[in-house]
Amino acid sequence: MRLTCPICGARDRREFYYQGEALARPAPGAGAEAWDEYLHLRDNPAGVRRELWQHEAGCGAWLVVERNTSTHEVLGVSLVLDEAQA
Amino acid sequence: MRIDGKGLVDRSKPIRFQFEGIGHTGFEGDTLASALLAKGVRLMGRSFKYHRPRGVLSAGSEEPNALVTIGRGAVQEPNVRATMLEIHDGLDARAQNAWPSLKLDAMAVNDLAWPFLGAGFYYKTFMWPRGFWERLYEPVIRRAAGLGALSGAHAADRHEKAYAFCDLLVIGSGPAGLMAALTAGRAGADVLLVEEDSRFGGRLNAETFQVEGLAGSDWAAQAIAELCGMPNVRLMHRTAVVGAYDHGTYAAVERVNAHRARPPEGGVRETFWRIVAKHAILAAGAIERPVAFENNDRPGIMTAGAVRAYLNRWGASPGRRVAVFGNCDDAHRTARDLEAAGVEVAALIDSREDIAHPGVDCRVYSGAVVTGSTGRLGLKRISVQAADGRKEIEVDCLAMSGGWNPTVHVTCHMNGRPTWREDIASFVPTPGSIPGLVAVGACAGEFSTQACLTAGAVAAKEVLKDLGLKPPRGALVPEAEDTPYRIAPLWAVPGKGRAWLDFQNDVTVKDVRQAAVENFRSVEHMKRYTTQGMATDQGKNSNVGALAVLADVTGRGIPETGITTFRPPFSPVSVATFGAGAQGMGFAPQRLTTSHAESVVRGAPMIEAGLWYRPSYFPQDSETHWRQSCDREVGYVRNAVGVCDVSTLGKIDLQGPGAAELLDFVYTNGFSTLKVGRVRYGLMLREDGFVMDDGTTARLGPEHFVMTTTTAAAGQVMRHLEFVHQVLCPHLDVRFTSVTEQWAQFAVAGPKSRALLNAVLEQPIDNDSWPFMACGEIMLCDVRGRLFRISFSGEHAYEVAVPARFGESLFKLLVARAEALGGGAYGMEALNVLRLEKGHITHAEIHGRTTAFDIGFARMVSGKKDCIGKTMAAREGLVDPGRERLVGLKSVGEDATLSAGAHLFDTSVAMTPETSLGYTTSAAFSPTLGHHIALGFLQHGPDRLGEVIRCVDHMRGLEAEVEICDPVFFDPEGGRARG
Amino acid sequence: MVELIAKSPCAGLLPLAIGDVQVVEVDLGVLTSIAPYAGQGGATSDALRAAHGMRFPKLNRATGKDGARAIWFGRDMALLAGPPCDASMAEHAALTDQSDAWASVVVSGAAAEDVLARLVPIDLRQAHFATGHAARTLVKHMAASITRTGPESFLILVFRSMARTLAHDLKEAMEAVAARG
Repeated sequence: MRLTCPICGARDRREFYYQGEALARPAPGAGAEAWDEYLHLRDNPAGVRRELWQHEAGCGAWLVVERNTSTHEVLGVSLVLDEAQA
Repeated sequence: MRIDGKGLVDRSKPIRFQFEGIGHTGFEGDTLASALLAKGVRLMGRSFKYHRPRGVLSAGSEEPNALVTIGRGAVQEPNVRATMLEIHDGLDARAQNAWPSLKLDAMAVNDLAWPFLGAGFYYKTFMWPRGFWERLYEPVIRRAAGLGALSGAHAADRHEKAYAFCDLLVIGSGPAGLMAALTAGRAGADVLLVEEDSRFGGRLNAETFQVEGLAGSDWAAQAIAELCGMPNVRLMHRTAVVGAYDHGTYAAVERVNAHRARPPEGGVRETFWRIVAKHAILAAGAIERPVAFENNDRPGIMTAGAVRAYLNRWGASPGRRVAVFGNCDDAHRTARDLEAAGVEVAALIDSREDIAHPGVDCRVYSGAVVTGSTGRLGLKRISVQAADGRKEIEVDCLAMSGGWNPTVHVTCHMNGRPTWREDIASFVPTPGSIPGLVAVGACAGEFSTQACLTAGAVAAKEVLKDLGLKPPRGALVPEAEDTPYRIAPLWAVPGKGRAWLDFQNDVTVKDVRQAAVENFRSVEHMKRYTTQGMATDQGKNSNVGALAVLADVTGRGIPETGITTFRPPFSPVSVATFGAGAQGMGFAPQRLTTSHAESVVRGAPMIEAGLWYRPSYFPQDSETHWRQSCDREVGYVRNAVGVCDVSTLGKIDLQGPGAAELLDFVYTNGFSTLKVGRVRYGLMLREDGFVMDDGTTARLGPEHFVMTTTTAAAGQVMRHLEFVHQVLCPHLDVRFTSVTEQWAQFAVAGPKSRALLNAVLEQPIDNDSWPFMACGEIMLCDVRGRLFRISFSGEHAYEVAVPARFGESLFKLLVARAEALGGGAYGMEALNVLRLEKGHITHAEIHGRTTAFDIGFARMVSGKKDCIGKTMAAREGLVDPGRERLVGLKSVGEDATLSAGAHLFDTSVAMTPETSLGYTTSAAFSPTLGHHIALGFLQHGPDRLGEVIRCVDHMRGLEAEVEICDPVFFDPEGGRARG
Repeated sequence: MVELIAKSPCAGLLPLAIGDVQVVEVDLGVLTSIAPYAGQGGATSDALRAAHGMRFPKLNRATGKDGARAIWFGRDMALLAGPPCDASMAEHAALTDQSDAWASVVVSGAAAEDVLARLVPIDLRQAHFATGHAARTLVKHMAASITRTGPESFLILVFRSMARTLAHDLKEAMEAVAARG
């Protein structure tokens, strides 16, 4: 498996750390359900989902990876920081 | 029988080798199979279950029968295919699965019992009594059945891994692969051509075709010479692509020195390549399939294409009098080639009624089939059912062809399913099965040489277009034979006896029928019930035939019946090659502190702490037990001064206007209030409310902090900080970087610690200039360093840091000074006892299931701000007083040994998993207190101080009555650290 | 006053010369990581040029030359190798002394690419990784910084504590390449 880091280019999977689904952190007072959703409930779709990865053995950037879990096709990789500014 | 004037072996280079203890001579270029066939040796192995005598079936990596063991001891390698094994001087090959000898195999008695040993036999017979399976049945069956064995010794030869990159990977160097490589190479593309065989050329070396007026093998050699001259083309032979993976990644195994007895000094036996290719052209060719008829497995019966290969490439005729049997025109080539080489062909038998004249001199039987054979250790006679009756024909070799199966395997590695093609009665790769890969030539069902050449060129041009390169000018596809492929399916000749489908697993037509009768009708179920398609050949010879029989008996078509899944690896890969280089020092990096060498000199046993190595204790001559050393070292710190290397703790430098706010957010307690020149202990939670890590953070300047983490969690914390900054708090202007490696840091602990430091510091310190939890820069022996007054031992202590280049020197200096003051170096055992006496936690306590509340640090979760984990830590269940919470434990009455991992029970109840109230996490003998102490987690723990409970370690057989106490056993007021 | 003795990370481990490849430890001088604060990239580059005569490196590149080089070192970070970093730069960027944190070696020779192909999961061939290119990647299991400093030479940095493993891994790869002849 390979991911194209927006900073370093296409790299082998071994350079990356996998976090999980890309979700927005709820506000402190968002309530138990929102927090449960954020921490524990996952859709596990057979299809496209957005995930967080870190290019740990490369530039260190956290990435949003859009990926098809059935075909393994990677639809896009972007910097979390760029997404936040967009 | 060697044929004069035929073959590509070098007759000027004879090679001596042994098979079954008998010496033979072959030539350079021979495989073990070709060299033995040239000597008239047909018997090369025994079958898996029935111990049937077997010879070679094929001439390639799909070989199911002729498996041998080579080498001895640490270089013993089993299951080497004789068809792939290049002979070399000193080669000592032995047959497998035969005892006492290949010719006289005692277990061949199984063959007589065959009516009882069919598919499902094991499952039905060895069910009862239940306990017998492990003790009796399995060991006996394992001894009787099976392939070769490993020696049990560590592999002595080196293996390695490597990476390769290319724009175009061409897999296979037959006509299609060569033409693809030539077309792309001439256009300047970055090409990697990979060939499984030792010789490039594929079937061009095994046939008598001409290409552009040249012998096929000569044209191939010419093409290879041209490719070798291109700087943009790399060629690898003896290299099998064994797997296709996501995003253009391929695995390949190169047999670098497998054709030698041992690799040269420093060399490797095999290289495991990871190849990354923008495009791939699969030109893997096709594998010929046998026909199932009674006793079709005798030595001397092989595929028609294999007979041609032995004749044309190795100049070795597998027989003196040969019959050819097939269902396609391709089989006729074998008869023609043999006749042209002067080998007697007894008959050509074609199952089809209506065939064009094959152009041979021998007798041709059309509409005829071979129905059986005789000859126990080698073929003697075949029975033929012809239009004009039954014939018996004396032969020592039968060349059979059931048609060709495109080598689709690699295209199935990412869940692709091949497509059935009625016209060639076989499966072809489904386009798009592997993104970026296109199959061409025989591998795609195009069987003429002309079609292969054209397809290779066309596919390469498509790749060039995508790469933005111009196709080469005037590179015309050379002219070659373009014979149509004509076939009429013939899977199994009807008959009563056993007709083999899968030679390697002894699976017959009857077995597949039996599976269907017992309702194992799905092809995957049939496979598992009969074992068809398993072991080293993975059904390369038998899958299509077996499923055709299954389709027939279940009344379905072949496409509906489907095919089992081909998974990587395409051909067997030894575990040594998969694990290449990852043993011994190559297993994981070793992180060594600057005091490592000195610690080793002092005799300290080094223990692993993550990737780091740390001294366990520093033994003295008089000491015979680690506890003596440990107790002494604890005494250094409690009574004088001890020195310990703490450089392995993670150190992260944070700078910027947002640094304090970031720390406030990742730690439960506040850091923006920390004064410059002071250190504070911090607790870090995971977002789910459980403790992640702890450590101290020093404020070196208004916007400059240095955080320490535990040794174990340094990497995790760094990643966490990056996550928090980039994902959660991108607005904070803060920069951080690891400085773990920059500083060598030593704990100097004990009542005499300041005295020691003042002897080496340029500016002496006292309690006012450097109070508890102070930090700052220092000059020490002309070196700029840092000093932190922090204490893990509870004593008056410091940590002193210098640039790592001075680490070894400073460690020696500090230890020498400590020794002069009645102290010395201490290791991990003493460090652990010291912190236990103080109730300080480590990852034994913050093991991922404990909260700040559990460890008694609920007050450290600041109410004034949000932090990671705060919301979830407040969950009802996480602040329930009934949770297992941190306590100290000490034995009641006479001292008893306490251990980590023991369970805690009330004294009055029966000990069951349900009545366990908690567990211990750390335990040690405290020389300071004179008895054992432990930390543990107990339900309602802090509410039960003073009560007596039982501490039981079932694993070590320890049981003790213990009193529940405060986790801080020693100096609870903390006066010693402040003094 | 006692004098502390400095020891380099690869002392006793290098040099190595096997086949066509040599590995030597290099003293890069002072190493300073430079991480520009928000919006200070341009100012940092200007300050670096004024103080040390080189620009802040672009992604995956190095600027300067032997003796004074700025190597791209990760997201928003460069490593100045050579002169002590001018203090005025602290206004624009976080400066951290890394002089003792890294084992620095130069792998050179005709087969240097082949040796590194056994350890590094990226394409280091000249056409894809030219002189002046820099990457953060792995050397076998170790996080590393790799810079091509010439047609046949690479500067490799790994954590100081891993120097022994680096020497071991390079030696095995060099032996295997040399044995191929």
